[in-house]
Amino acid sequence: MENLIGLDEEKLKSSFIELVRRTSSVLPDDVVAKIKEYQAKEKVGTRAASALDTIMENIKLAEDGSRPICQDTGTVIFDIYHPLGLRQSALETIIRSAVADATANHYLRPNVVDPLTGMSKFDNNGVGHPAIYLKQWDEDYLKVALVLKGGGCENVGTQYSLPNTGLKAGRDLDGIKKVCLDAVVKAQGRGCAPGVLGIGIGGDRAQGYTLSKKQLHRKLDDKNENPDLAELEEWLVEKANTLGIGPMGFGGGTTLLAVKAALMDRIPASYYVSVTYMCWAYRRRFMTVKNGNVEFD
Amino acid sequence: MIKLALPTTEDEIRKLKVGDEVLLSGVIVTARDTAHKYMVEKRPDDIRDMLNGTVIYHCGPVMKQDDDGSWEVVAAGPTTSIREEIYQADVMEEYKVRGVIGKGGMGPKTLAGLKKTGAVYFHAIGGASQVLAQAVVRVPGVLKLEEFGVPEAFWSFEVKDFPVVVTMDSHGESLHDVIGAASEEKMKEILGSM
Ligand code: SF4
Repeated sequence: MENLIGLDEEKLKSSFIELVRRTSSVLPDDVVAKIKEYQAKEKVGTRAASALDTIMENIKLAEDGSRPICQDTGTVIFDIYHPLGLRQSALETIIRSAVADATANHYLRPNVVDPLTGMSKFDNNGVGHPAIYLKQWDEDYLKVALVLKGGGCENVGTQYSLPNTGLKAGRDLDGIKKVCLDAVVKAQGRGCAPGVLGIGIGGDRAQGYTLSKKQLHRKLDDKNENPDLAELEEWLVEKANTLGIGPMGFGGGTTLLAVKAALMDRIPASYYVSVTYMCWAYRRRFMTVKNGNVEFD
Repeated sequence: MIKLALPTTEDEIRKLKVGDEVLLSGVIVTARDTAHKYMVEKRPDDIRDMLNGTVIYHCGPVMKQDDDGSWEVVAAGPTTSIREEIYQADVMEEYKVRGVIGKGGMGPKTLAGLKKTGAVYFHAIGGASQVLAQAVVRVPGVLKLEEFGVPEAFWSFEVKDFPVVVTMDSHGESLHDVIGAASEEKMKEILGSM
C-alpha cells in the first residue's frame, strides 16, 4: 500500500469521505455568523425574517442529522495543493473512490448526468466529475479545499466584457461595479438568495471564471489586501442590499451576504468581469494533512 | 401566517394574495419534468382523484425505504419551477389543481393559467430540504415509481404546516415581477448617481 503524506491509502480515503460529510452537512462558522448577523437586522414578522429563520433551522437540522443541507449537493470541486513527490494520479484515484462512498452514504446525491444520453452516473464519478484541480506547491503538507457548488446559483453566474454600452460601464472600477450590480438584479432570488459573489477581474474567459470561483475559498469576514478591491467589495454589498430583492427574492434587506473579488492581468483587447454566485447553502471546507495528521476546518 | 387545509376550493384560493405567508396541511403530490410531460401528453385518469383540489410540489425528493416497506423522506426541497412553464397551466386546468409549490417563480403563461383556473404559486425556501422534509408527516403512496424513478415519480406527501409564500396569485399579480421591476429602478438610480 502506498504511503501518501504519512497516511496509507485507506486512511487518506476515509479522511476525504469525512471531508465530504462535513462539507455537505455542516455550514462553515463564518457563513452561519453572517446569516445570523443579517437575520438580526430583518424586521420580525416580515417574509425576509421568516425565510432566514427557516434557513437557520435547516442548517441546524442538517448538522444534527449529518444530512445534506440542500438536496442539490452540486458540482463537487476539489482544489488541492500538494508537496513535491506526491503522485497526482494516486490522489485522484483515492478522491474518486471517496466520492463514490460518500454518495453511497447519502452525503452526496447522485448528481452526474451524461448531457446527451441523460444517463446518470450513480456514484458521482463521471467525465470531469468530481472536478479536481491539482497544484504542486513548495510547502511540506497537503491542503484540500472542497466546495459543493449548487446548480441554481451556478445558473445565475455570468461574465461581462467591458465596455458595456447598455449599462454605460467602462473599463474601470466604476464599470466593474455597474456590471456586478446588474448581475445581482438579473439573478433576483433565483440563486437562492441571500448569496455571495465571487468576482474575477481580467484574464481570459476561462481564467476569469476560475478566479471568481477561487474567491469562494475566502472567509466571509476577511478583508481584501488591495484597497480598491476592498472598496469594491464593501460598495457592492451595501448597494445590493438596498435593491429590495431579499431572501429568495421575497423582498427585504438581505440580498448579498458578502462579495469577494480578485484580479489578474489581461491582454489589451479583452476586459472580462466574471461573476460566480454562491447560494446561502455555502458549502466549503478545508482539510490539511501533515506528517500523518489530518485537520479539518 | 395563514393556515390552509388541502384539498381546498377555488373560493379559498382566490382569497390568497401575493406576499401571503401560508402553512399548508394535507396531502400534496410531487411532480417534475417527466410527470408533467406525461400528464399533458397522456392525460392519465388514475391521478385525477389524487390531484383534485390539492397542490403539486416541484420536488425530486431523496427517499429511503424502511424494512417494513414504508417510505421515509430524507430530503425534500423545491426544484426550479420554470422548467414546467410549457405544461403547468394545462395541467392545472385539466386536473383541477389549486396550486403549485416550487422555487424561482414561473412565467406569463402560468400566471394567466392561475387566473383562469383559480390557483396560486407557492414559493418554498430553496435549499431548506431538511425543514421541508420534516414537515412531511406521512407518505401515503407513490405512482409511477418503477417507470419514472424516485425523483420523477408522483409521491403523495401528507404535510403539516408546510411553510410557503404566495408569490403569484389568481388575480394576475406576481411578486417576482413587482420586486424585479422595483430592484431594476433602484439600480438605475444608483448607476445614474455614479
Ligand atoms: S441554489 Fe443552493 S440552496 Fe438553492 S437549490 Fe441550489 S444548491 Fe440548494
